[in-house]
Amino acid sequence: MSETGRPFGASASWFLSTARERLAKLLDAGSFTEFVPPSERAQSPHLASFDLPAAFDDGMIVGCGRLDGNSVLVAAQEGQFMGGTFAEVSGAKLLGLIRAARDDEKLPRSILLLLDSGGVRLQEANAGELAVAEVMRAIVEARAAGVAVIALVGGRAGAFGGAGLIAATCSAIVISEQGRTGVTGPEVIETNKGVEEFDSRDKALVWGVTGGRTRRLIGGADAYAEDTAASFREATLALMGKARPFDLATLRAEQARLAGRVGRLGGCDRAAAMWKALGVADPRAAGDMDDPVFVALVADVKGAGDDAR
Amino acid sequence: MTLDEILAGLFPSGHDVVVGPGKLLLGTGRRVCGRAVEVIGIAEGEPLGIDGVLPLAERVLDIAAAGGDAPMLVVVDTQGQRMARRDEMLGLNEYLAHLAKCLLLASRSGHPTIGLNYGRAAAGAFLATALATDVLVALPGAEPAVMDLPSMARVTKLPLEKLEALAKTTPVFAPGLDSMTKVGAIAQVWDPAKPLDVQIETTLATIPAHDVRDALGAERGGRLLATGIAWRVADQASRYRRV
Repeated sequence: MSETGRPFGASASWFLSTARERLAKLLDAGSFTEFVPPSERAQSPHLASFDLPAAFDDGMIVGCGRLDGNSVLVAAQEGQFMGGTFAEVSGAKLLGLIRAARDDEKLPRSILLLLDSGGVRLQEANAGELAVAEVMRAIVEARAAGVAVIALVGGRAGAFGGAGLIAATCSAIVISEQGRTGVTGPEVIETNKGVEEFDSRDKALVWGVTGGRTRRLIGGADAYAEDTAASFREATLALMGKARPFDLATLRAEQARLAGRVGRLGGCDRAAAMWKALGVADPRAAGDMDDPVFVALVADVKGAGDDAR
Repeated sequence: MTLDEILAGLFPSGHDVVVGPGKLLLGTGRRVCGRAVEVIGIAEGEPLGIDGVLPLAERVLDIAAAGGDAPMLVVVDTQGQRMARRDEMLGLNEYLAHLAKCLLLASRSGHPTIGLNYGRAAAGAFLATALATDVLVALPGAEPAVMDLPSMARVTKLPLEKLEALAKTTPVFAPGLDSMTKVGAIAQVWDPAKPLDVQIETTLATIPAHDVRDALGAERGGRLLATGIAWRVADQASRYRRV
């Protein structure tokens, strides 16, 4: 049983799990050690002004553990607390972890970010936005120092706003079908630009635009996982030794990759049209197919494999 | 100050910076000492989308590839990231992050980077540009924000009056230059009454080698906890060094 009392195993849904459950099942059994744990009461001093409850971990859990025997640093966001948002304390915890790896080569050379976040916490918007900027810079510096930073996206809040930018700053991204990533969420686009621009209640449209299958097909993620800890673990292990260095050549390749994507897919107005342009014969069937069949299909799609970051 | 006045003030020896298609700014300014400052940016409040990112990022990579140590000035007046289904579908998060990465690479390659916020600056577009520089300065009248208060009231479901009252007591969430300065995002506010060419030289002479924004926020009382928490995490991590 998990700490919430629900049955929990490696096959339980990543999407539905809490951050702590994800860590427990992703890492080797019993290997996780938390830094600045809840007993230290590192919580938001600002939420009370908004009549909102704080959490003793501020929705960000950081620490170290092992993945198939390899030492790793890990951070996991709790999407069910304030939408997993970046704020003063939650952002500082992640920043401290990444800077530690950047500055000390005796610390693990891989950092796993279990993102589950709507972006910046509005109640602490300035502190949160700045924390995201600091984290992006620290990720770049850590990568330049030889650290692989891998984002895992498959939680309920997805990775939007600042979290979407952080994911794309990492060395690599693992995503599941339920994982969604982007900058502005569909509801906010609809509110600002109208329902004609983006109908946030059209679930097929929303998942087509932001969902994990589209992201994997167009190269917006480097690996696709099923919605289980075991699958995220396997996909992460496969990426750990393969991080590209952070240098001019990688960013030149990234520029070419992103420009090429606009050239190939920039005229499409729905995800199905993009899938078609990528050579997927029957986009609707690809949306419905089982994960293993989808993985086989990805292998044949041009563009999904040319990840630069 | 208008953009023309700002550029003329920064580069009395001349510049060829123009606002081109997509309201993108590209060009080179001449310092009083005769050396170049490479300028990129976005003007007139234009939202930054994938079509804006690509030429800006390409220019930054060209500068990094060319070598030398010419500083880069990133001038921003943008209402935020472009809100469009097309941009989101193509992966706008990757494009915005790419521009930020290019600026961070340029800095690491020996080109000091200065962000200059003279108009609006918000959300993802702010992260991709001015917040990815070595030092961010602003001119009075700049309006940096994550989100305006009325939108924030809608999303948080709190009355606007309550947010307005709270904004007076804490810089942690309210939009504006003062708040962003107190939390440490904006390092300096230039004085438009004094020569800008002198002020950019002063800023260039004092570019920090590391990210000092958390320390600035603590010093100015706008972000009291962040530095200590980051330090505690790093300290506890250090117990798990490989021996």
